[in-house]
Amino acid sequence: MNRFVNDVKKYMEYAVYSAKSMLKAEVSNSHLSWAWWILDPLLFMMVYSFISVVVFGRSEKYLAAFIFIGLSSWNFFSITIKQSVKLVTRNSGIVSKIYMPKYILIFTQMMVNAFKMTISYILVIGVMVIYQVPVTYKIVYVVPLLVALFTITFGISALCLHFGVFVEDLFNVINILLKLVFYLSGVFYNITKRVDPPYSDILLKLNPVAYLMQSMRECMIYSSTPDLKWMCIWLAIGFSLSAIGVYVIYKYENSYVKVI
Amino acid sequence: MDEKCAIEIKDLVIRYRCLNKISIRKSLFKLKKSNIEIVEAVSGVSCKVPKGEIMGIVGKNGSGKSTMLRAIAGIFAPDEGSIDLHGHNVSLLSIGVGFQKNLTGRENILLSGMLLGFTEQQVRSKTDEIIEFSELGKFIDRPVKTYSSGMYSKLAFSITAVLEAEIMLIDEVLSVGDAKFKKKSFRKMKSLINDSNRTVIIVSHNNETIRKLCNTVLWLHDGKVKMQGKTEDVLPHYEEFMA
Repeated sequence: MNRFVNDVKKYMEYAVYSAKSMLKAEVSNSHLSWAWWILDPLLFMMVYSFISVVVFGRSEKYLAAFIFIGLSSWNFFSITIKQSVKLVTRNSGIVSKIYMPKYILIFTQMMVNAFKMTISYILVIGVMVIYQVPVTYKIVYVVPLLVALFTITFGISALCLHFGVFVEDLFNVINILLKLVFYLSGVFYNITKRVDPPYSDILLKLNPVAYLMQSMRECMIYSSTPDLKWMCIWLAIGFSLSAIGVYVIYKYENSYVKVI
Repeated sequence: MDEKCAIEIKDLVIRYRCLNKISIRKSLFKLKKSNIEIVEAVSGVSCKVPKGEIMGIVGKNGSGKSTMLRAIAGIFAPDEGSIDLHGHNVSLLSIGVGFQKNLTGRENILLSGMLLGFTEQQVRSKTDEIIEFSELGKFIDRPVKTYSSGMYSKLAFSITAVLEAEIMLIDEVLSVGDAKFKKKSFRKMKSLINDSNRTVIIVSHNNETIRKLCNTVLWLHDGKVKMQGKTEDVLPHYEEFMA
């Protein structure tokens, strides 16, 4: 624990700078540069709105905001996890030349993705203003929900980073699993309304992403209180997963270089 | 004696477990455990390097030289034995230090510097000196992936040479760049080395380099110390052995 705090202090500056440079490199390497950070969620929102409204003929109150919230949280979760599977191999140049705690690489990725998520949440606020969604004090629940999202993502990513070093085809497995979770999470449909009772409860409570998305929507656009008991449970799970991840990485990180 | 010691290595053993990556299909269909081959790259090396010393490591290919450097740099942990750096910061200088290919040279200077344990401020104040020494000119603001291999190593060398870590580990790097840069980096090495606070370990197959720069030599053979002592004592034996 002490070691973790010290290392985070020592390498945070690096992680922040590294994340900034990554974003900068992304901008300079594409034609539309930073416009993609807005276009990407916007266009995907339109795709899913089309599927939801035209193909399935179902709509939700404040549909655009509904999909935006789901999509932004989902992207953060899935992209970070996908990247972390190959993180050590991708950074072999650094990893084989110098010691650093490997989860710092995850921090860097998370910061990059969190930055993009922030942009799409700004879009959510924009959409809420357009719809004139009434906002209540319940919006403060966003903070613990985001903490839960960060810790769960970090914990799973840390474990993926560890196993990704040793298991070559983990990437394919994770890819398929994430696709499955994506459709089970109700990014573009409302689980409570579209799935019958026993299953909808299971889906919502046992799948952290679905729960977090649903709660985020409840407190941001439907002015209601999310399920607090499950919030505490998922926070606890998030922190334990992160602790396990950090422990595993500390224990085995010195053998990573021998494999790659 | 002990407080002057910069690096203390005791009975260092490093094994490569030939941990090939496993694929899920393979591990599902192959029920019997594949026999894991263990290669001992360094077996039982002990040595002490006093502060300010320049030590050369020689030995044939595969004798564990680079592995030992990496272990000293903390990249992987020893399987047995211990390495004590007495709290010095250490930098491993080898051909093609890990740069992020999409970022510019300038950003990579900052990133590498920060990874070496310097603060952003410290690196920034040295950046101009690094750029000047590397002779990269306007290329410094272009992505590293556009660099030629010479430019790449020149930048890598400049970063470590200018940032001055307390312990420098040099892996076959003095043959960097063109003749002119080679001379310059050699001079820089000499001046760095003359600083009595800095401890340097050089791995090289070039006996001339070792002879000119090092006070002592450690000769590794198949992961064991074959000979250790003053350069003028060890090097002739080594040359004879390799002849």
